[in-house]
Amino acid sequence: MRNGRDPIWRFLLPSCVFVLLFSLYPIVESFRLSFYRLILTLPWLGQRFVGWENYRDLATDPVALNSFVTSLVFVAVTTPAEVLLGLGMALVLNESFRGRGWLRAAVLVPWAIPTVVASQMWRFIFNDRYGLFNFVLFGDATERYWAPLAEPGLALVAIMIADIWKTTSFAALIILAGLQGIPAQLYEAASIDGATAWQKFRHITLPLVKPALLLALLFRTIDALKVFDLVFVMTQGGPADTTNVLQFYGYKKIFAEGMVGYGSAIAVVVFLLSLILSLIYIRLLGARLLAKERSL
Amino acid sequence: MKRLWLAAAVGIIAGFSLLPFLWFVLTSWKSATEISAIPPVIWASFHWEHYDAALAKHGLLRYIANSAVVAGATTVISLAIASLAAYALARFQLRWGRHYLLLLLALSMFPQIAIAGPVWRLLSTLGWLNTYQGIVAAYIALTLPFAIWVLTTFFKELPYDIEEAALIDGCSRWQVLRWIVFPVAAPGIFTAAILVFIYAWNEFFFALIILTYPAVQTLPVGIALFPGEYTMPWGEIAAASTIATLPLVMLTLIFQRRIVQGLSAGAVKG
Repeated sequence: MRNGRDPIWRFLLPSCVFVLLFSLYPIVESFRLSFYRLILTLPWLGQRFVGWENYRDLATDPVALNSFVTSLVFVAVTTPAEVLLGLGMALVLNESFRGRGWLRAAVLVPWAIPTVVASQMWRFIFNDRYGLFNFVLFGDATERYWAPLAEPGLALVAIMIADIWKTTSFAALIILAGLQGIPAQLYEAASIDGATAWQKFRHITLPLVKPALLLALLFRTIDALKVFDLVFVMTQGGPADTTNVLQFYGYKKIFAEGMVGYGSAIAVVVFLLSLILSLIYIRLLGARLLAKERSL
Repeated sequence: MKRLWLAAAVGIIAGFSLLPFLWFVLTSWKSATEISAIPPVIWASFHWEHYDAALAKHGLLRYIANSAVVAGATTVISLAIASLAAYALARFQLRWGRHYLLLLLALSMFPQIAIAGPVWRLLSTLGWLNTYQGIVAAYIALTLPFAIWVLTTFFKELPYDIEEAALIDGCSRWQVLRWIVFPVAAPGIFTAAILVFIYAWNEFFFALIILTYPAVQTLPVGIALFPGEYTMPWGEIAAASTIATLPLVMLTLIFQRRIVQGLSAGAVKG
């Protein structure tokens, strides 16, 4: 192929500029700032190199540790729930019935709604005086009504429910794409051999849809680690820091308290956590990409 | 028997997906007493007062206009840049092309907080905080990885012979792009555009930190920071939420097939 007349770099340059300025440079800069003391509310202190001090502070900061655990619990509960529910949805969407297109559109609605809107919606449902949640649980007995978003044990559960509602459909779509890739002949052959529906599911569907399940799981894990909108709108990290996930804590430190150095250390920790996960993901997908190129 | 189970499952899935939001939409049409009634009033008496209040008192139109400008500009510029890059990545056998794609993939997974501080400082240095160009520049960078991935997949599936013939006839790469590739790839580009638009319309984190003046804030920021003095104005919040969501639900219903295709192209096919 002749490339001489139209150098390739001209096609790639604009995208590289944006990626470099707004993604790569900021990450490097976050790493650098995490080794400095920089507090915007105390500008006279300037920007002083402090080595690992921010990280040492982070390791002994009970709020940070709590925030780390909260994030991990949030990920550990929501992602398996979303993938399992998503598998169920995908199995139904993969059946042929009248109105399948409509059901698929309906499933997309929670995905399309702005997360901020979904957050306000669930905040209303969990309202302590006239929320639907309380009515469903307790009926007219208003004296027994809960305030889930003000209750240390319940606020995180409420946010998890909102997250599962919002993102299960995305998991379902990825799994559905995997299900549609399974050749129909396999099921036909199994039927001829007299396999039951459960046997077909156990020995054909499950092994063949496993890559899609894994993909959905990793995608959701990486995304759940970034949860912010729901927390910002529903609880602001409260009550008593029980919903103070890492991304929200980092935001509070940098943008509300102006502690840029310390906040950057939190940012780096979140970054490294998701980097490990993305590397696993890229290994999976990269291997597939290579296999595809070889097969061409 | 099987039909019965299936019907039940379909009903549960549809209810799970739609009922919570329908409840919120109904709330936007209820009077204040209906909203706080116990037991809850299911059917609203269809008041429009909350919509009036949201539009007049809270300047919802300004948020809508800001969102339209920001999401529209992001979509157009991001897609233009991504089309060029994706074409090069799909058509030239670049030694590091795959590495660039994997780098983009990794970037798209970074948590926003990892870049938020420096992006804010960079925009502040440029004097671009609280401007359209500031938020749009950030959104372009955030949507490029996804757009490039989806478009590269689409471009790879296009037949190469016509382009090759045109190149042999002496067309430049730009001419080939303009007159052959883009018209053929229009459906793919359109799919990516819908997804980028939805992302930019819904994004909250960067909008929150970059746009602090109400005059430039987008809908998600307006809805998240909805002012309530003593009690939350749920009717007005629900009305604003309904207005903010309406264009997305329409897009989703009309282009459902494309959206599913685009999402799985970005996620699964690779």
